[in-house]
Amino acid sequence: MTDTILEVRNLKKHFQTPKGLLHAVDDVTFKIEKGHTLGIVGESGCGKSTTGRVILRLLEATDGDILFEGKNIREFDKKQMRKLREDMQIIFQDPFASLNPRMTASEIIGEPLIIHKMVKSKQELAERVRELMDLVGLSERLVNTYPHELDGGRRQRIGIARALALNPKFIICDEPVSALDVSIQAQVLNLMQDLQDKLGLTYIFITHDLSVVKHFSDEIAVMYLGQLVEKAPANKLFKNPTHPYTKALLSAIPSTNLDQLMNREKLEGEITSPINPKPGCRFAKRCRFATEGCSNHELSLTEIDEGHFVSCLLVEDSTRH
Amino acid sequence: MNKTHDTDNLLTVEDLNIVYEADGEVTKAVSGLSLSLKKGETLGLIGETGAGKTTTALGLMRLVPNPPGRVVSGKVMYEGQDLMQATEDEMRGIRGNKISMIFQDPMTSLNPVMTVGDQISEVIMIHQDVTKAESVEKSKEMLELVGIPGARAGDFPHQFSGGMKQRVVIAIALACNPNLLIADEPTTALDVTIQAQVLDLMKELKDKYNTAMIMITHDLGVVAQVCDKVAIMYAGEIVESGAIRDVYENTQHPYTKGLFGSIPNLDSDEDRLNPIKGLMPDPTNLPSGCRFHPRCPDATAICAKVKPEPVITESGHMSRCLNSLPAALDERQDDVQELKMVAGA
Repeated sequence: MTDTILEVRNLKKHFQTPKGLLHAVDDVTFKIEKGHTLGIVGESGCGKSTTGRVILRLLEATDGDILFEGKNIREFDKKQMRKLREDMQIIFQDPFASLNPRMTASEIIGEPLIIHKMVKSKQELAERVRELMDLVGLSERLVNTYPHELDGGRRQRIGIARALALNPKFIICDEPVSALDVSIQAQVLNLMQDLQDKLGLTYIFITHDLSVVKHFSDEIAVMYLGQLVEKAPANKLFKNPTHPYTKALLSAIPSTNLDQLMNREKLEGEITSPINPKPGCRFAKRCRFATEGCSNHELSLTEIDEGHFVSCLLVEDSTRH
Repeated sequence: MNKTHDTDNLLTVEDLNIVYEADGEVTKAVSGLSLSLKKGETLGLIGETGAGKTTTALGLMRLVPNPPGRVVSGKVMYEGQDLMQATEDEMRGIRGNKISMIFQDPMTSLNPVMTVGDQISEVIMIHQDVTKAESVEKSKEMLELVGIPGARAGDFPHQFSGGMKQRVVIAIALACNPNLLIADEPTTALDVTIQAQVLDLMKELKDKYNTAMIMITHDLGVVAQVCDKVAIMYAGEIVESGAIRDVYENTQHPYTKGLFGSIPNLDSDEDRLNPIKGLMPDPTNLPSGCRFHPRCPDATAICAKVKPEPVITESGHMSRCLNSLPAALDERQDDVQELKMVAGA
């Protein structure tokens, strides 16, 4: 093991629903290097948040391996998991719903320290909370405020401070800035970047906003209906998007460049149901390049360039020659 | 400023002031807002949470909840009629008929216990002299128009996806062929690929029926895709407005510049974003002088004392900043000198 901090192999999460088996995450495989950021992108319902939760074992995986620093954490018992939580943390999407409204800022930030017995005295606790608040740019006078007294940006800073309290190595950021205004969003993104540099953190950054991940990630994975359809270093993905879904997703971002308007790759239809998916490419129904082969051929990720993987029949065919 | 009403303006708003009053505190939600819109034009109203975008829209429709809200003053001329003077009966005839509104959240703006067909024909029945059968027929046409099979008119909202629900809302808004459509964050709740579809649809329908539109959003990209004109709101005021090319390519106001600096650019590889420092001011306690000065990187001592008046260039590009639009400022140099003298100490 060199410096791979997390490896996920053939991860699956299926939910039993009255209508059938919902394939929320299907055969997802990836690795993250220490200190790097992996962006997971996709539309609502593609399984990106579920992937994050399964990795932290907030949801139990149906199948597959999760290796954190070389150890398969799916085999960990409760006690081991609790210890592991010190290293793996999560920042949630909605800073309005993820903070206990009846706890003050300092209680929220201090809670993990108490649970994990990281501090020995009240004084030490207060000291550490102050340190954390300082780290995320929260003024000291806010220690006794309740979440409802604060705006979204400050609440999200509390969420970040709480995630950092135990000195984790690895943080899953589940749409951490989606609920914030653009100017505040930029402040929080910059903060997260500074923290990564300062503390050597590894991030999984889950988002639907491609412009945010490009800015933030070393590598980007695109998900569609529970599967990884493309994975590449951030620059390669934006320079040379290969999967038809990635292309459509990229061109659907409304550009602020007035001369770059109408060259859209339009996507017809909507996401299909992830319940009992049919074999073959799940994107085929909306794909304008789809052929008959697409719906009866099991796909796998093909490497088309160093570190650039795509799961598409067209790519498979063209590389075979 | 030219005070006479241009006859080709569909909508002219002059000096609109809206406040919310509660517990003796007065919140200035919208202050001195003026704008105009010609037939078929699209105006993008951009601003962050609490900037007063939605209150402006509700003000135009006379829907500001009273109490606590109150329109203090202002003139809203629509097709030659001052809506602020109209009776409640007249307003009912106008809402949904001549001016329609699309709300942000398609999940909550539809009635869950009525079929979508009934919800569309309801609007038609109220405003047009048609029989029930005709309105049902028309509602199916409207559904087809927004890309939903007419056969689904008997379905309930929960049977549709988010994008489809927003299409239904658009169908309701357009059912009576309004001349003005106010769309309040119509695509914020949708995924990007669905957002692109809905924006294309709105653009297509707007061109087809020559409907004027006010598009309220916080997304500069969405505005670039659909709007002809743009107005940037900050703390209840329009701080910059003009033709979209002027505002986007010759940005004047520091707040607008800050907004552009806050969004990651897909075409370049900059390492860090340049956000605006600080937070939106408390609307019950707005800063003196320029409302943006505490957060402004270019602020000087005078900014805290003198309230900037709109400076407008020949092409109609307005900026409310003491430092901006140097060309226009030159002409007003004397005024500025005078202002500086007043602020002097």
